[in-house]
Amino acid sequence: MIEVDGISKAFGGLQAVRDVSFTVEKGGITGLIGPNGAGKTTVFNMIAGAFAPDTGTIRLNGENITGLPTHQLFHKGLVRTFQIPHEFSRMSVRENLMLVPAKQSGERLLENWLRWWRVIREDRQILKKADEVLDFLEIGHLRNELAGNLSGGQKKLLDLGRTMMTDARAVLLDEPGAGVNRTLLGKLTEAIQRLNKEHGYTFCVIEHDMDLIARLCDPVIVMANGEILASGDIDSVRDNPDVREAYLGSGAA
Amino acid sequence: MMELSGLISYAVFFLTLVGIYAILTLGLNVQWGMTGQFNIGIAGFFAVGAYSTAILSTDRADNWLGGFGLPFPAGLVGAILITIPIAWVIGRITANLRTDYLAIATIGIAEIIRLFFLNESWLSNGVRGIPGISKPFGLGNNGYLLLVIGFVALVYLLVEVARRSPWGRVLRAIRDNEPATAAAGKNIAHFRLQAFVVGSCIMALAGALYAHFVGFISPEAFRPLYGTFLVWVMLIAGGSGNNLGAILGALVVWLVWSSTEMLAGLMPSGLVASESAFRIFLIGVLLQIILVTRPSGLLPERRPPLPGRDQ
Repeated sequence: MIEVDGISKAFGGLQAVRDVSFTVEKGGITGLIGPNGAGKTTVFNMIAGAFAPDTGTIRLNGENITGLPTHQLFHKGLVRTFQIPHEFSRMSVRENLMLVPAKQSGERLLENWLRWWRVIREDRQILKKADEVLDFLEIGHLRNELAGNLSGGQKKLLDLGRTMMTDARAVLLDEPGAGVNRTLLGKLTEAIQRLNKEHGYTFCVIEHDMDLIARLCDPVIVMANGEILASGDIDSVRDNPDVREAYLGSGAA
Repeated sequence: MMELSGLISYAVFFLTLVGIYAILTLGLNVQWGMTGQFNIGIAGFFAVGAYSTAILSTDRADNWLGGFGLPFPAGLVGAILITIPIAWVIGRITANLRTDYLAIATIGIAEIIRLFFLNESWLSNGVRGIPGISKPFGLGNNGYLLLVIGFVALVYLLVEVARRSPWGRVLRAIRDNEPATAAAGKNIAHFRLQAFVVGSCIMALAGALYAHFVGFISPEAFRPLYGTFLVWVMLIAGGSGNNLGAILGALVVWLVWSSTEMLAGLMPSGLVASESAFRIFLIGVLLQIILVTRPSGLLPERRPPLPGRDQ
């Protein structure tokens, strides 16, 4: 579904990503792991259109999407979440979700003035959908809360919820489990698995929590120092001496 | 009886200016209150609106462009139609600048517009200004006040509907968190440009109404103090993001501003020369008091209601 082919990126003198290639298979949950500074988020940023790679190409369902801006990728069915939750803090939880659906007629200013009844009818449907997503994530009781008042873990769920308001089928999750307590983490994992199995979402997940990776992801891609070190199922990756060295330092293997 | 009628005519004059300022403040609220665009070139769009209707609606003149003798509604519509491309071009260049850079760019543009009207005599009669801009439909001051109030109500309605709409929701999202708005598929540049143009057109409408009210305009009327600074004070004092607050702010600040004029008359003669500085000082003190006691303004921003009854 997503094919990354030989992408590189340097920031000044720092080569953050060097000649990285991998494929995210449709319908799977691909894990992207590695020590801090390995270049994982930089890879995400390039796929999601935050900035273009210096070299290399990125394809989505065969189409070259290299360097397309974020909002255009959204309309091609590729969405992302952020490592630090990016909620709209001064908007309610519901509004955070209602913002997302594409092609809302009420986003055209004149429609609101000339055909307001149509806009309101449509917005009611969007509200209903938002409440369904909140119930699915079991945070329905927070619907009228300001998003800025949520806990870190609840914000992560809300981030995931925003991806559910779209027709997107490829979702990049940047550390969905970071800062989330155990109970909430179980809920989050379950939500991701259900979206994958029941709704056919394809995920690519950056994560440091090895339990979460082991439960969710197959295959797993390991990055270190801007390059891909290994890939395969979680057990083969765990046993890989290069990976052990990257995580634990030389001599550990 | 003489005194009473004098008082009433002063009140009519006063309220008409409040109405015009309220429209300006509503325009700024679209840009700053709803979108977070730091436009301090309000006076420029105010001037474009005023000059547009002046040129379109005055009788034929030898010294400047036109006048084309068109009726009042054509003057207003023309003012908005002329502002759209100007605001669009300025917005394309500036609307995506970061807050502080946008401020520098817009104050520069407003001064360029003022100097343009000052120097291009063939268009605007330069420093001598354009006289003879009449009130429409044979209205007197009282009738014109009602007309201005009608426009305040209309602009308020349009802007409030926009604020509560999905369009306004995207603007608030942009104000709140740009990367997340882009990640939600919204074209930020596109929405920011729209907000900038809509706000500027509302400012131009206020300019056109002003021109027909005072009957004579010259570049002097579009200095940043009156055209920009006071409008900002009105919006911040009234409550940015709140459209009723914008109108209330215009009323309160203009009331204070006008009464300082009387206060200045009571000052010792040696200080009369610094009257204008004193008035600005008082407005500054007022803003300080409001910001300390009510940091979100007199009427703070409120979340718009959701569609449907069940909330």
